Amino acid sequence: MAALGTLTGSGNWFSALALGVTLLKCLLIPTYHSTDFEVHRNWLAITHSLPISQWYYEATSEWTLDYPPFFAWFEYVLSHVAKYFDQAMLNVHNLNYCSSRTLFFQRFSVIFTDALFVYAVYECCKCINGKKAGKELTEKPKFILSVLLLWNFGLLIVDHIHFQYNGFLFGLMLLSIARLFQKRHVEGAFFFAVLLHFKHIYLYVAPAYGIYLLRSYCFTANKPDGSVRWNSFSFVRVILLGLIVFLVSALSLGPFLALNQLPQVFSRLFPFKRGLCHAYWAPNFWALYNALDKVLSVIGLELKLLDPNKIPKASMTSGLVQQFQHIVLPSVTPLATLICTLIAILPSIFCLWFKPQGPRGFLRCLILCALSSFMFGWHVHEKAILLAILPMSLLSVEKAGDASIFLILTTTGHYSLFPLLFTAPELPIKILLMLLFTIYSISSLKILFRKEKPLFNWMETFYLLGLGPLEVCCEFVFPFTSWKLKYPFIPLLLTSVYCAVGITYAWFRLYVSVLTGPPVSKTKKQ
Amino acid sequence: MEQWSWMTVVVLIGLTVRWTVSLNSYSGAGKPPMFGDYEAQRHWQEITFNLPIKQWYFNSSDNNLLYWGLDYPPLTAYHSLLCAYVAKLINPDWIALHTSRGYESQAHKLFMRTTVFIADLLIYIPAVILYCCCLKAISTKKKIANALCILLYPGLILIDYGHFQYNSVSLGFALWGVLGVSYDWDLLGSLAFCLAINYKQMELYHSLPFFCFLLGKCLKKGLKGKGFRLLVKLACTVVASFILCWLPFFTEREQALQVLRRLFPVDRGLFEDKVANIWCSLSVFLKIKDILPRHTQIIISFCFTFLSLLPACIKLILHPSPRGFRFTLVSCALSFFLFSFQVHEKSVLLVSLPVCLVLNEIPFMSTWFLLVSTFSMLPLLLKDELLMPSFVTVMAFFIACATFFPIFEKMSEEELQLKSFSISIRKYLPRFTFLPRIIQHLFLTSVIFMVLLTLMIVTLDPPQKLPDLFSVLVCFVSCLNFLFFLVYFNIIIIWDSKNGRNRKKIN
Repeated sequence: MAALGTLTGSGNWFSALALGVTLLKCLLIPTYHSTDFEVHRNWLAITHSLPISQWYYEATSEWTLDYPPFFAWFEYVLSHVAKYFDQAMLNVHNLNYCSSRTLFFQRFSVIFTDALFVYAVYECCKCINGKKAGKELTEKPKFILSVLLLWNFGLLIVDHIHFQYNGFLFGLMLLSIARLFQKRHVEGAFFFAVLLHFKHIYLYVAPAYGIYLLRSYCFTANKPDGSVRWNSFSFVRVILLGLIVFLVSALSLGPFLALNQLPQVFSRLFPFKRGLCHAYWAPNFWALYNALDKVLSVIGLELKLLDPNKIPKASMTSGLVQQFQHIVLPSVTPLATLICTLIAILPSIFCLWFKPQGPRGFLRCLILCALSSFMFGWHVHEKAILLAILPMSLLSVEKAGDASIFLILTTTGHYSLFPLLFTAPELPIKILLMLLFTIYSISSLKILFRKEKPLFNWMETFYLLGLGPLEVCCEFVFPFTSWKLKYPFIPLLLTSVYCAVGITYAWFRLYVSVLTGPPVSKTKKQ
Repeated sequence: MEQWSWMTVVVLIGLTVRWTVSLNSYSGAGKPPMFGDYEAQRHWQEITFNLPIKQWYFNSSDNNLLYWGLDYPPLTAYHSLLCAYVAKLINPDWIALHTSRGYESQAHKLFMRTTVFIADLLIYIPAVILYCCCLKAISTKKKIANALCILLYPGLILIDYGHFQYNSVSLGFALWGVLGVSYDWDLLGSLAFCLAINYKQMELYHSLPFFCFLLGKCLKKGLKGKGFRLLVKLACTVVASFILCWLPFFTEREQALQVLRRLFPVDRGLFEDKVANIWCSLSVFLKIKDILPRHTQIIISFCFTFLSLLPACIKLILHPSPRGFRFTLVSCALSFFLFSFQVHEKSVLLVSLPVCLVLNEIPFMSTWFLLVSTFSMLPLLLKDELLMPSFVTVMAFFIACATFFPIFEKMSEEELQLKSFSISIRKYLPRFTFLPRIIQHLFLTSVIFMVLLTLMIVTLDPPQKLPDLFSVLVCFVSCLNFLFFLVYFNIIIIWDSKNGRNRKKIN
């Protein structure tokens, strides 16, 4: 009885939060799942029934294996549990197979591997300052942070409705961030190297890791003015880091190197043949660019500056197709996006080198890397916004300015995920969960920073409130209008353009706060 | 501000859980020819929309009463009619006469679930929130925690959103009634409660405490002055609201009588299926249903019910207080559930509602009761393929209660509201100090039994000779628990005012 008491007692709020969200995830099992469900089932089948040499060649299903080897091994391990649930799901030719046992197995595998995420959140909570801790438990930054991370709306709908394995991957990332905060650099580097070989999208934030480890770990001392002391370079540490990265990579890619398959693996990992924007435009700079192009072309047609015969027929309804043809503005090539991304990342990297502010500076740089590549990357998924939102949660509970940026970024970023779930039964779920998370995050952060100036100015408030009418228009009014057949892409277009404004604004504000942030000497004193 | 954002969060959690449960299967899904309660509700929409009001409760070629004939009071019928109008707008096939029988589709399921959701959102949830906000002498945080626990009560969620019924409407009205009479809005309270009765006749389980409480109030004010005026006003309200609801059926005497016959189907037997009440449990040893003639059964069940609720009701008339009212609601509903005629397993929800209301006063016992009540419906839930949502919601409810109310840490006579009872026992038995410990052990035993039985019923096949073995065991165990709770709640009620006196003595 007493043991039961301590297990569930009021003191143990963290486990209650984690258990609560786990139960919610279990309730989401019967919801709609996207083609990603079939993708992962296919990967289970591939890794289970084929030798390694064919993993990256198998192409029976259109959903070929395009994640790095560790993820393939992960599926391999899962498949050995899966065979006890339903052997039929492990057949490569069993396309679109979905028995109830398969569903349960796959859903539970996501829920179960989320344990790593929970542990990572627990570690992250130890790293943040509790200076402002109020008396009330619910006003403590640790409590707020764990709710923001564990109950994150985006992660819930992407992993547990849409179906992906982001939970444990973000767990690895948060864990490596927590280790860097705890000055356990080697472990942090190790976790990140492992993470990269699970899913290569995290390459976006690799520059932040590289520069931070080089600047703050390999150089052991600073000059009094904060600039680097070149002679403090530690070769041992560089070699140690190099060794870790090398060993992890060797473990992951080694077998394919031995089989002479590396080019094939890489061609699968980096498919540059896809279009500039994903099926649905991610709310980034290119969404604004495309929208501007459309507006210009419409204006051009009205003013007779453009010849209607020269305009491709499909362009006015092309919100849904992958290849977007620009009419007025120059077309965008992969190389151009790469250059834009690099230019956008560079200032934050410079900041990290010249104004090192410890792990917090690193975290800022990491978020900026993620956001910049989201803003300018090639074929960005809307889901990639989580890469910025989750680490940003850590910052949000420490400073009012960051909290304000976080709230704008999170609310618009989460709202932009709405088109992922387009089926009617999931409509109430996404609205309810979104409201739940948004109301909680805004009110709790407002209470946490109630002594400072208000989190939003009138413009930001107006913008965020505008999301409500936008949702009503897109999902409740638009389907009943006559435009539904003629311009089916309008809701998606509106959503992505509206959200792109907010995300660009948040990105800009975060950049300004990093570039104009306090110089090194000041932060040292704190 | 802060309180309201937390309250919103709590409501949103409750709504999310409700909607996610509603994605699961419903009763009688894909099981022709009779289907289940889901089809019953759809059929009622079909009947009320297509037939004139005079034929609703009568058997005819268009209205086969043996196929889910309307057997709820007029308000349910009106509600069905309202839903039918909406259904007609969306898809007329859903309510077409005759041809729509057994209609099932994803879109229709979504529509039906939405009607439950909206009814719940409009009636039950606001009542719960208001009730929790009006609670006295507890902190804001506790109020919010209380609201969360009530909204997460798994029994109601699973029956309404899984099995498919509109209990939240009748229970919601009853709760509005409780709110009204507890805060001296007696007329509004009795109006709300009349609506509840007219939505579902099972609400009669709650009627005696309402009657006794209001009568007690009138007596307290003096039957010659204010009290009499209140009594007349109340009577008028009740009569007026009943007339309003029954107006279309008062045109002919036969109409009203037929509705009453439909509402109280005496010939359906002492109990239905497997119910966790005394008659069903006794039938394991003694087939009362077959031995005794029907009218004797009715008399026996009436006598038992009457005797078991008499003490609490008398007490309430003599000392009307909101607190006593709540506890009397529990014990009366429990008596009805255990002893009365023709009880359904889902009727335990009528006991659970008042238990939810005393959650903050006796958290440990209430949590225990609410767990047992959900467990008692396990055979039904399994039949509807709701194992997964049942497990998840029960766990969520338990975790919420254990987190917000330190139910396992404080286990004293005071916490259990048994102080005055033990004091009076100790006059004769001085060493009577082990009551909390006994209750703890009982709780553990009960939980162990429930877990074991659940595991058995889920994993094992029953022996061929006794196909109902596990469901009977579930009923039997739950019934024993309920009997214990009946005794417990009656003790609290009867020793309630002595409690006050004793406190004065100690002071």
